[in-house]
Amino acid sequence: MTVPPPHRTPPRFSATFSPQTIAEIQRAAATGIYDIRGGGAKRALPHFDDLLFLGASISRYPLEGYREKCGTDVALGTRFAKKPIKLKIPVTIAGMSFGALSAPAKEALGRGASAVGTSTTTGDGGMTAEERSHSSILVYQYLPSRYGMNPDDLRRADAIEIVIGQGAKPGGGGMLLGQKISPRVAKMRTLPEGIDQRSACRHPDWTGPDDLEIKIEELRELTDWEKPIYVKVGASRPYYDTALAAKSGADVIVLDGMQGGTAATQEVFIENVGLPLLAAIRPAVQALQDLGLHRKLQLIVSGGVRTGADVAKALALGADAVAIGTAALIALGDNDPQLQAEYEKLGTVAGAYDDWQDGLDPAGITTQDPVLAARLDPVKAGRRLANYLSVLTLEAQTIARACGKSHLHNLEPEDLVALSIEAAAMAGVPLAGTNWIPGITQ
Amino acid sequence: MSIFDLAKVPLRELNAALHSLPPSTNETHWVVTNPGGKHAIACGVDAPITIDIEGHVGYYCGGMNKEATIVVSGNAGVGVAENMMSGEVRVKGDASQAAGATGRGGLLVIDGNASARCGISMKGIDIVVKGSIGPMSAFMAQAGNLVVLGDAGDALGDSIYEARLFVRGSVAGLGADCIEKEMSAEDKSILKSLLKRADLNESISPDDFKMFGSARRLYHFHIDNVDAY
Ligand SMILES: Cc1cc2nc3c(=O)[nH]c(=O)nc-3n(C[C@H](O)[C@H](O)[C@H](O)COP(=O)(O)O)c2cc1C
Repeated sequence: MTVPPPHRTPPRFSATFSPQTIAEIQRAAATGIYDIRGGGAKRALPHFDDLLFLGASISRYPLEGYREKCGTDVALGTRFAKKPIKLKIPVTIAGMSFGALSAPAKEALGRGASAVGTSTTTGDGGMTAEERSHSSILVYQYLPSRYGMNPDDLRRADAIEIVIGQGAKPGGGGMLLGQKISPRVAKMRTLPEGIDQRSACRHPDWTGPDDLEIKIEELRELTDWEKPIYVKVGASRPYYDTALAAKSGADVIVLDGMQGGTAATQEVFIENVGLPLLAAIRPAVQALQDLGLHRKLQLIVSGGVRTGADVAKALALGADAVAIGTAALIALGDNDPQLQAEYEKLGTVAGAYDDWQDGLDPAGITTQDPVLAARLDPVKAGRRLANYLSVLTLEAQTIARACGKSHLHNLEPEDLVALSIEAAAMAGVPLAGTNWIPGITQ
Repeated sequence: MSIFDLAKVPLRELNAALHSLPPSTNETHWVVTNPGGKHAIACGVDAPITIDIEGHVGYYCGGMNKEATIVVSGNAGVGVAENMMSGEVRVKGDASQAAGATGRGGLLVIDGNASARCGISMKGIDIVVKGSIGPMSAFMAQAGNLVVLGDAGDALGDSIYEARLFVRGSVAGLGADCIEKEMSAEDKSILKSLLKRADLNESISPDDFKMFGSARRLYHFHIDNVDAY
C-alpha cells in the first residue's frame, strides 16, 4: 500500500482550462468539426433574476389578489393591419419549425396555445395543415430560406413574421442535420432527403432597411393589408434594429435575446454572439419612444423567459408581450426526469439534454422518427402547455396586483430595482437600496 | 379588356381588383399603363389571366404569381416574379437583381440581361435569360432550370442543390460545389423545350450550351470540405 506523501495538494482544476473546456478541446481534436447543439446560451448571464419588484406599501396602493381586475390582453398589429391579432394573454409561442419539431409536438403547441387564447408560430420549413388546424391564431414566418413559402399559406396565416435573425445566432442561418430530413420534411423544403441542410442567413431578394420597406409593402399588397407584419431580430444592435424595423413599416417587432433557444446551431455561436435579453429591451423601447411609437407598434421579447415574474419584468421594461420556445418544449415533456434511463443512453441526463439536432429525442419532440414522435400525445402535451401558460399569466398578475396595476401593461420600470450594478445599467433601473442607475444618474 | 392607368389610380386598387377575380373569370385581359417603376405591381395574382404592363416596373412585380401571364414591356426592378408558383412572367427589357428568386414553378423569360443573384434559391421555376446574368446567380438553387444565352457572372451556382444551369456563353467563375456536368438526353430535351417556350429560334441547339449542377460535396458536414464552408 502506497502512503500519500504528506502535504500533497489535492487535484486543482483550472478556471481557464475547466473540465468542460478540456473536454471540448479533446472533442474538437477527435472529430475535426465544431459542436452543434440545440437550446440557448448555457453560461450565466445577467437576466431577469437580477431584478426585483418593489411592490406597494404606503406610497403605492395594491390591488386585491383574485378579486380586482388585472387585465392581460394584448392587441398586436394595430399600426397598419386591417385585422390585428387579439391575444388573451401576453405570452406567445415562438417560431419553431416542423422539421426541428415533430408533427405531434407542433400539434400540441397549437392545442395548448389555442386553449388559453394565444398564438403559435410556424418556422423554417413552412406551414403544415395540422399546425394550421390546431392553432386558432397562427403566425407564418417568412425566412431567408423561404422553404415551403407560398401565397396560399400567407393568406391562411393570421400574421406574417419576417425573420431577420434569432437571438441564439444573430447573423446565422438555420441548420437541420440529415437525421431530421425525413421524406416529408425534404419535400416541404424541396431538398434531397437526408442531407445536412444549412439555410441561408440573408434574405435572397432584399438587402438593407430601404429594401425591407419595399418587401413589407409587397407582403401587405399580397395579403390586401389585412395581416399584421412582424419583424424578428436577434438582439445585437437593438436600438438601431428596432428603429429601422419601425421605419420599414413593421406592425410588431420581435426581439430575441441570446438565451433564446435554437434547434441546431454551433455552440460557439450560441455562447458568444448577441446580447442577453436584459440588455436589449430598454434600447429597443427607447428607439420606439424616440419615434413616438411605443405602444403604437408592439414589441414582443423572447430569450430565456421561464416564469410569470420574467413575463412581468419584460412588460415592466416596456415590452407588450413575450414569446417562449424552450419553456414551451419543457412543458410539453422535454427533459422529463422519467426518461432518465434513455437520456443516459444518449450520454446525458434529464435537465441537460440539448442534442435536439440529432433527432433521437426520447420525448418525441425534437425528432422526425415516427416511432419516437408517436410517444408524444398531442392532447395531453397540449394540456400541460395550457396549464403552464395559465400559471405564467397568474404569476404575472400576482406581481402586477401587488404593484397596484389593473393591467399587466401598466407595470413600468419604476416598479423595478436591480440586484447588481450590471443589471442596473442594462435594465436602466436603480441598484437596490440606492438611487443609482449606472450610466444615467451620478 | 380592363385598363388601369397607374398615373391616375392607386396601385392598391389594381391589386385588390386582381385578387378578387375568381378562377373562372371572364375578365382575362388586363392592361396596366404608366407603371412608373412602382413596386409590387400585380403581385399575388391567382387566376389564369393576361396582364400587359406598358412600361418599367419596380421591385417584386408578379411576386408569388399563380396562373397569370404577366408581360412587362420595359425593365423590371429587384425580385421580378419572386417565389412564382405557376404561370409566366415575361420581361421585354432588362431585369435587376434576384430575378425569379425562390420561384417554385412557372416560367420567367427575360429578353435582356438579368443582374446579380438571378434565380437565387430557386425551387422549381424555369428561367430563360436571353442576355447575360450577373454574379452569384443561382446561389443555393434547389430545383428548376436556369437557361442563359449570354454569359454568367462570377460564383455561378454557389452551394447549389439539384437545379440545372445551362449557359451558352462564358462563365466568369463557379461557386462552391458547382461543377460542369455531362448533359443527358433528358437534360437536352428539357433545355430544348424551354428554348421553344421562350420563343427562341430553332437554330439554337442544346449542344451550344454547357450544363452546371451540384457536385454534392457539401451535402454532409465534413472536415475535409472546411474550405468551402
Ligand atoms: C427547437 C427550436 C426551433 C426553433 N426554430 C426557429 C425557427 O424556425 N425560426 C425562428 O425564427 N426561430 C426559431 N427558434 C427560436 C425561437 O423562435 C425563439 O426565438 C426562442 O426559442 C426564444 O427563446 P427561449 O427558447 O429561451 O424561449 C427555435 C427554437 C427552438 C428551441
